[in-house]
Amino acid sequence: MKIVLNKDAMLIVKEQDVVPFRNRVKEYAVKIGMSLVNQTKLITAASELVRNMLKYGGGGQTLIEVITQGRDSGIRLTFIDKGPGIKNIADAMKDGFSTGKSLGLGLPGTKRLVNEFDIKSVVGEGTTVTILKWKHG
Amino acid sequence: MDRIPILRMGRFLLVTIQIDLYDRLATNLESDLVQMVNKTGARGVLIDISALSIVDSFMGRILGNIGSMSKIMDAETVVVGMQPAVAITLIELGLELKGVHTALNVEKGMELLQEKIGADDLDDPDEDSAE
Repeated sequence: MKIVLNKDAMLIVKEQDVVPFRNRVKEYAVKIGMSLVNQTKLITAASELVRNMLKYGGGGQTLIEVITQGRDSGIRLTFIDKGPGIKNIADAMKDGFSTGKSLGLGLPGTKRLVNEFDIKSVVGEGTTVTILKWKHG
Repeated sequence: MDRIPILRMGRFLLVTIQIDLYDRLATNLESDLVQMVNKTGARGVLIDISALSIVDSFMGRILGNIGSMSKIMDAETVVVGMQPAVAITLIELGLELKGVHTALNVEKGMELLQEKIGADDLDDPDEDSAE
């Protein structure tokens, strides 16, 4: 069972908010003793998702949680936007697919960087993405 | 507005990215660099990313763009100083950073640039030819 030890919320409304958000995630990752490589993967994943949220959802709410499960601990990040939603999630998860002008690595790439990845989207209501990276994951 | 400084050193342009970038800063750097290559006739661009703790798909694309744009303007680009954790993450993310040369550190990057444009050494307009 996953237990939430610590919960922190941060509102993202403009591009400049991305840097303090990344720093906040790093702080928590350092605090639980995550290795540098895993920290880098987590922060990179966070950076991709927060960009998506700004670009497609016009910003939104983020949650940073410290999670424990048995002897393992990790960081869970949630990205909630009230944007247009994603019509076809299966397409969005494909490498190289993009409706914007990007490389289309964002979502599938992010999934590869973390241990758990969950995406829920309702067209016209918004998108919620949750990722989890274990300390030793 | 924040800007990343671009230094000119002979035929090369040097950029050291010392702060974590948000997207606008990175796109500004891209256009500033290409304009500087045009203005100075630089033959090489060296970008030091040793202080960058992450390179995500956007930043990776910007680095690739800088490489391709400079190439069209007859300048070579070398990215130096990537942290091992960043390299691991980039590959897992699916970015191979094609189009730019890479080197371990600034010194090796400079050597690489010298080598790449070595053949043109003789017709360097900046060379002092006075006896």
